[in-house]
Amino acid sequence: MSRTFVGMPAFPLAARTAVADAQLRRNLGHATATIRAKRAAVVSEVQDWEALRARGAEVKDRVLANLDTYLLELEQRLTEAGATVHWARDADEANAIVVTIAGERTAADREAGRAPEVVKVKSMATQEIGLNEALEAAGIRAWETDLAELIVQLGDDLPSHILVPAIHRNRAEVRDIFRREMGRAGRPAPEDLTDEPARLAEAARLHLREKFLRAKVAVSGANFAVAETGTLVVVESEGNGRMCLTLPDTLITVVGIEKLVPTWEDLAVFLQLLPRSSTGERMNPYTSMWTGVHAREGVGDGEPVGDGPQDVHVVLVDNGRTDVLADVVGRQALRCIRCSACLNVCPVYERVGGHAYGSVYPGPIGAVLGPMMRGRRGALEQSLPYASTLCGACFDACPVRIEIPELLVHLRTQVVEHHRAPGSRGLPKPEALAMRAGAWTFADAGRYEKAQNASTLAGRLGDRLLHGRGTVGRMPGPLSAWSDARDAPVPPKQTFRQWWARTHTDTPADPRPDTHEGGVP
Amino acid sequence: MRVALFATCFNDTMWPSTPKAVVTLLERLGCAVEFPRAQTCCGQMFTNTGYATESVPLVRSFVETFTPYDAVVVPSGSCTGSVREQHAALARRVGDAGLERAVSELAPRVHELSEFVVDVLGVTEVGAYFPHRVTYHPTCHSLRMIRVGDRPLRLLRAVRGIDLVSLPAAEECCGFGGTFVMKNPDVSVAMGSDKARHVRETGAEVLVAGDNSCLAHVGGLLSRHRAGVRTLHLAEVLAATEDAPWRPGDGVDHEVGS
Repeated sequence: MSRTFVGMPAFPLAARTAVADAQLRRNLGHATATIRAKRAAVVSEVQDWEALRARGAEVKDRVLANLDTYLLELEQRLTEAGATVHWARDADEANAIVVTIAGERTAADREAGRAPEVVKVKSMATQEIGLNEALEAAGIRAWETDLAELIVQLGDDLPSHILVPAIHRNRAEVRDIFRREMGRAGRPAPEDLTDEPARLAEAARLHLREKFLRAKVAVSGANFAVAETGTLVVVESEGNGRMCLTLPDTLITVVGIEKLVPTWEDLAVFLQLLPRSSTGERMNPYTSMWTGVHAREGVGDGEPVGDGPQDVHVVLVDNGRTDVLADVVGRQALRCIRCSACLNVCPVYERVGGHAYGSVYPGPIGAVLGPMMRGRRGALEQSLPYASTLCGACFDACPVRIEIPELLVHLRTQVVEHHRAPGSRGLPKPEALAMRAGAWTFADAGRYEKAQNASTLAGRLGDRLLHGRGTVGRMPGPLSAWSDARDAPVPPKQTFRQWWARTHTDTPADPRPDTHEGGVP
Repeated sequence: MRVALFATCFNDTMWPSTPKAVVTLLERLGCAVEFPRAQTCCGQMFTNTGYATESVPLVRSFVETFTPYDAVVVPSGSCTGSVREQHAALARRVGDAGLERAVSELAPRVHELSEFVVDVLGVTEVGAYFPHRVTYHPTCHSLRMIRVGDRPLRLLRAVRGIDLVSLPAAEECCGFGGTFVMKNPDVSVAMGSDKARHVRETGAEVLVAGDNSCLAHVGGLLSRHRAGVRTLHLAEVLAATEDAPWRPGDGVDHEVGS
């Protein structure tokens, strides 16, 4: 995969292109509606779903409040079980660790003239740090083995969904990509490939099989890391993960530091929450758990110490997560278990798709996590908190009760404060001036009533000019954002309070006698 | 019980027929209502656009204006949400513990119209008459922020003569979102067009909701499409009776007679 999200424009601009893409709209509308319905069905059958959500939030909050303790516990248990733990402050450090290990383990291939390669389990953490690009730069091919990731990789495309990265593609497009690209990456697609899902899956299976059998190194992420035993957990649907986690001798797992759960009992909560929220299934087809290595020289006197492959590495990545943790309001975003339920219920995501969010984390959670993890300075990052109507569907769907609308407002405030700060470049934006003037007007009822007179004056004039039509059509300037597609009402000739003052003269709470009536013929 | 009407700045200025209908309705239900004239705006637009600093004086003014009352009635789900769900955090943000306490004491007494009628007055049959085909859009902040549930529908079902039809994908956002209409006009219109399409599928002549802001957006689209569907605030449906029926005007009832 050579395409990256670097240099993406601000959200509204990318969204404009996306909403005009009829094929994209159709694909997304169909896919999100299907997943929404499945999720709703399996969530509604859980009697204590709300209690389960609360429990999930509580466990994650406990982890975040004691992250240092649990991380050290995890490291200790992993090491005791024969795994090697690496710490990475950022993407570059994490990539360098993986590239070094993968390079060493594939050195024999390189010497024999074969291209060094790794197989990959679908992983958000490795996408976040741009691992495939880093491996490619070091001359190591990284093969995605998840079906949707394979589609994205073969199509030189970008992921647009956390769970279903090729959600923006329909099966006819997938067939074209397979026919065109599979041959360049390995076993070609059959000549007579159709767009039947079973045929497409079969083509992918045959294409991937030779890679599973050949690879000496696998790279994965982890959905959970259980601190009390040092156990890593991957949940998946296709079995490609199980192949990667068990066949190659070396397994390198890149884990965001917030992926911890303290105990197996806590894990049980998330194994109920995640599949229902994510794929809309009661339980996902494959759940792989491994603890350290099954046997290695010098570890455990030859006795099995764990049950992972022979050579197990765990890279614990920060990459902005401690910055999120430092934000008292924002830190709840680290509860996220990457289920993507918020994407599927988001009316904005449904119409725009994932690419406009400019990172591997799209949708409502991406609009929150992106600016918090990558900083709030870029135009894209500053536009993301505004890429929402604050409709609240995301919070209702979130299995760990992340208050995404509240966080979006919190981040909007930070964006505004950033521009307000002394030393911030340029003049205040017209919006800031308008907001300041508006708030000043509203802060005093007298000022507000004077401002209302302008509205009633416009109403009187509008009534004459529009011959009582009641609505205004297209308007110039910033108002065109409204009026390009919508009519607007002509302001009324009398405000409510003017009517009230005329009809209810004895209200004790009136601060002053009625003086603001009329004045305009 | 001293009951105050918080008309909201948007209704006061742009949709006066709505707060007027609230007065008519509540007086008919035997509830005297006052309109404290010091009221202006709850600050929602400022808060939700990131201008928390600008909102704080409006929180202060809201508290000062409405603290003397036993109940505050608001014909808007989102403005009710702004007061109940956001004012305390705004006070906390500037470290004003006194204001935060005052907000917390007042907030539970602030009711969206359907909450006030159903919960405080204990009425669902309000004596209304509205012989029209109606569909109801539950606005997001009514539904998911202040959780009015089916109160508006219970009130509408009890209206005499009404032909109430359910709206497909009713719970999906209409795409208004405050300054979202200006900041993301393309997505807003895409969402609004779908909402408008669902409204037209019902064959309703009137789209009813508890927020005039959302109705201005969907109604603006419907009007541009010359769809022949009008929008009306819940209060205006509930205020109408056989003796004083709601009168179709010239598309928008902006005449506020005395």
